[in-house]
Amino acid sequence: MSLDKATVLRVARLARLKVRQDRLEPLAAELNNILGWVEQLNEVDTDDVPPMTSVVSMKLRWRDDDVTDGGAVDDVLANAPEGENGFFAVPKVVE
Amino acid sequence: MAGLTDLTIAEARDKLTAGEVSARELTEAHIAAVEAARPLNAFITETPERALAQAEASDARRRSGEAGVMEGVPVGIKDLFCTKGVLTTAGSHILDGFVPPYESTVTANLWKAGAVMLGKCNMDEFAMGSSNETSYYGPVENPWRRPGDNRSIVPGGSSGGSVAAVAARIALGATGTDTGGSIRQPASFAGVVGLKPTYGRCSRFGAVAFASSLDQPGPITRTVRDAAIMLRGMAGFDPMDSTSVDTPVPDYEAALTGDISGLKVGIPKEYRMDGMPAEIEALWKQGIEWLKAAGAEIRDISLPHTKYALPTYYIVAPAEASSNLARYDGVRYGLRIPGNDLTEMYENTRAEGFGTEVQRRVMIGTYVLSAGYYDAYYLKAQKLRTLIARDFETAFEEIDVLLTPTAPSAAFGVGEKSDDPIAMYLNDVFTVPASMAGLPGISVPAGLADDGLPLGLQLIGRAFDEETVLRVAGVLEEAAVFDRRPENWWATK
Amino acid sequence: MSMIQGATGDWEVVIGLEVHAQVSSKAKLFSGASTEFGAEPNTQVSFIDAAMPGMLPVINGKCVEQAVRTGLGLNAKINLYSVFDRKNYFYPDLPQGYQISQYLQPVVGEGRVTVDLADGSAREVGITRLHLEQDAGKSLHDQHPSMTMVDLNRSGVALMEIVSEPDMRSSEEAGAYLAKLRSILRYLGTCDGNMQEGSMRADVNVSVRRPGEAFGTRCEIKNVNSIRFVKQAIEYEARRQVDVLEDGGTIDQETRLYDTDRGVTRAMRTKEEAHDYRYFPDPDLLPLELDPNWVEAIKQSLPELPDQKKARFEKDFGLSPYDADVLVAEKENAEFYEQVVATADPKLAANWVITELFGALNKAGRGIDDSPVSAEALAGLIVRITDNTISGRIAKEVFEIMFETGKPADAIIEEKGLKQVTDTGAIEAMVDEVIAANPDKVADVKAGKDKLIGWFVGQVMKASQGKANPQMVNDLLKAKLLG
Repeated sequence: MSLDKATVLRVARLARLKVRQDRLEPLAAELNNILGWVEQLNEVDTDDVPPMTSVVSMKLRWRDDDVTDGGAVDDVLANAPEGENGFFAVPKVVE
Repeated sequence: MAGLTDLTIAEARDKLTAGEVSARELTEAHIAAVEAARPLNAFITETPERALAQAEASDARRRSGEAGVMEGVPVGIKDLFCTKGVLTTAGSHILDGFVPPYESTVTANLWKAGAVMLGKCNMDEFAMGSSNETSYYGPVENPWRRPGDNRSIVPGGSSGGSVAAVAARIALGATGTDTGGSIRQPASFAGVVGLKPTYGRCSRFGAVAFASSLDQPGPITRTVRDAAIMLRGMAGFDPMDSTSVDTPVPDYEAALTGDISGLKVGIPKEYRMDGMPAEIEALWKQGIEWLKAAGAEIRDISLPHTKYALPTYYIVAPAEASSNLARYDGVRYGLRIPGNDLTEMYENTRAEGFGTEVQRRVMIGTYVLSAGYYDAYYLKAQKLRTLIARDFETAFEEIDVLLTPTAPSAAFGVGEKSDDPIAMYLNDVFTVPASMAGLPGISVPAGLADDGLPLGLQLIGRAFDEETVLRVAGVLEEAAVFDRRPENWWATK
Repeated sequence: MSMIQGATGDWEVVIGLEVHAQVSSKAKLFSGASTEFGAEPNTQVSFIDAAMPGMLPVINGKCVEQAVRTGLGLNAKINLYSVFDRKNYFYPDLPQGYQISQYLQPVVGEGRVTVDLADGSAREVGITRLHLEQDAGKSLHDQHPSMTMVDLNRSGVALMEIVSEPDMRSSEEAGAYLAKLRSILRYLGTCDGNMQEGSMRADVNVSVRRPGEAFGTRCEIKNVNSIRFVKQAIEYEARRQVDVLEDGGTIDQETRLYDTDRGVTRAMRTKEEAHDYRYFPDPDLLPLELDPNWVEAIKQSLPELPDQKKARFEKDFGLSPYDADVLVAEKENAEFYEQVVATADPKLAANWVITELFGALNKAGRGIDDSPVSAEALAGLIVRITDNTISGRIAKEVFEIMFETGKPADAIIEEKGLKQVTDTGAIEAMVDEVIAANPDKVADVKAGKDKLIGWFVGQVMKASQGKANPQMVNDLLKAKLLG
């Protein structure tokens, strides 16, 4: 499996990373280098091996259905780059 | 009172208990040392006022007869831990100006135990790096230099600021986090003790996530005893972390009996890798001899999937990271770089806010999870992970602890490996396998390389058996008599 | 509209629904913030919901219980092992950059719902799966000329996504399925079903095909928030697809929106193929494992559901399927009815509840919850009919006053003197009076015009202001005129 420029661009879009045109080729080479290296995993037959779900042997713990949080709009918004009237603000989305 | 910064946590505790020194005096000495050591770039944010306030509160508590396990001990906090009201950056531009309105569980535990915060330690951006060169706030310098050579040496990473602070004697201890070796590898590079506890032992709540299934906070100290003390102050069950394990925190210090007779120590043959420097091999052999001399039984064992651990890690960790880092979008906190529309705002913000290595891993992670590749990469890696964990399980049926080198080399010079990602990744070849299995591991300084830089040995234990790991580490430490320390070149700069 | 008539022949519409139902719980799925509707922006947001760095999810057990309860209510398989996955995409109201959902291993597997249609027939709709997931926040596009405003109060609220098989063949069936699903959830208490507040929304998958052929390409109409709109959207979309195909075009698999103002569907600007959600198990959570005994205990605690209740109403109360259906559709109505029949005649009660009470409530724009006539009061009225205290006609009069004043029937009957006259002497006197006043009509009756008896009854009832027992009046008249 080898990444071309178009794939790099598609992946960058998915990851919301702006990549300059002249960076596409070198980035493709870097990623191919790493992906080529990890492909050694194909040497191992894993057909009957279950994937790891967690390294801790315990059951998922549940919380009670109690309202214990919220009501801190100032703290929630304190770090927002932009916002007003208790809202976060982003460039207008048209849908 | 320069001597105060030379104390271990245990010694400081004794002096504080005896009333020979106050937390305030101890803290003042460290604040001065932190200031003097600014050339190391070990701290992103210094918090001297807060430290003094905490120290005074600690003295007051002590006067009223209360003293936690870390009472009055000044420490550095890796800047991955969110600290209420104090800038928290994760070493990244994208968290510009982020002041958390909450405290991480690990730091909250430390404050409850009486510790004092000197500041936030520099680190590789989002803990992605093995040399601390990926920090937006600039590289950290290892206090160690090659004798007669004043070129800068990396402290390892990602907890580079933390190990530098402890090695330079500007903090008695520091928190680190370890995802694939980020506590142990830098500890080895800086000649200090670094303990990665069992996954689930220390809460991840409030620690900026890199790879959730691997991240684990732990202590960085100058001695094994200090690591035992500090771990006790950090660890504990946390209902806010679904992967936190509800098991009591023992008195780890009590485990340091020095008695390892009859203990079975495994030597995994797969760690003897091609091209391993002779000095690493020699140190490892030396370690085996020390443990044997202390009465341990040495067993050669096999962990057949060892060589796949690192490539497996470089699928799992970037995949999780690509998702964990999606929240840095310029909407609710941190950096925002405007664009003509929302998507451009996202892309500008993230391209500007993340450094090269972080972007590289986000790209890899996004790719391996994308449609058509999930099974070939991510699922395959999680299956390999099962095999790697099984290797350890099988081994631990006949042994109690594993001894390996911590890193395949001593620290290297700034810029020496930053152009070759895979060469950089290989730094973690010995630390990653235990991470993949969630097992506790410790790096103990054990000697010097031919170039005069420190080298560590690693011990890996069973899940939640930090006590055995610490006990053996204590024996190793005593045998190694690692009493060398970096020369103080920075204060004269 | 089982078939759509096209210019080139008949088309069959195929519909499947993905319903997002908000789980009834006090706190959110993975945080302790409140789920209450209508709060000020961002006041019900924990740092977890805002995806602040280092925040971690811890699951609300109640939400798991509700999902399992719903699965059991839908006759579905409960998966004792399920997994939470991350669905990755960027949107301002999705703070984490991913939604925690269940992808390959949902908590509930296959089930089925029986849907009753207006013509009295029933249809089985298969349930493919039900899974738990987080709701997103809310983006408001009309608050500012150049900015979209984001409110995260809903962010992290628990949703059940209930996916149906493509088993529906008309907008009516889809509407009936949605209504039935809503009814079941409300009976179970797992979702309040309040569609105005967005507690239930549906993504509607529509395709058309020639009868007997394979499924056509489907379009998904996102986020439709009422049963009426679901039906309208399907009708529009099916017709649109038929028109496209008959013009020789092809259907693009795409996501569309229903424009409620214009009654049309339109393609969304962001194309579905641009999405690649990169699902993977959420490493912050462990797999969800359920104890079979715990599931069994929930099963034992399930309330009677609409289908069972309907069957019981038919069997025990002798109701028609139609009446039973109307009464059980809304849990509150059924409960009201059951309170009425505790003391009143079941069939009479069904008529009174369905015709008089629902009619009056409808006219007044009120719900059963704030009915001015309580179940007890209505039963009190009906009992007065069966014990012959008042006639059915008077009862309607009394009911109107009850509805206006909230007074009990007996008080009104007493106050207005509406009690039926059953004293034979008094009725006989009135009968005699009317006979005496109408000798010509009496002659007609005697000449064989029996039907005039009804006229005489009316005159006597009028004279008694409706209070005379009609049966007694009838009997007396017959005896005197024909006997």
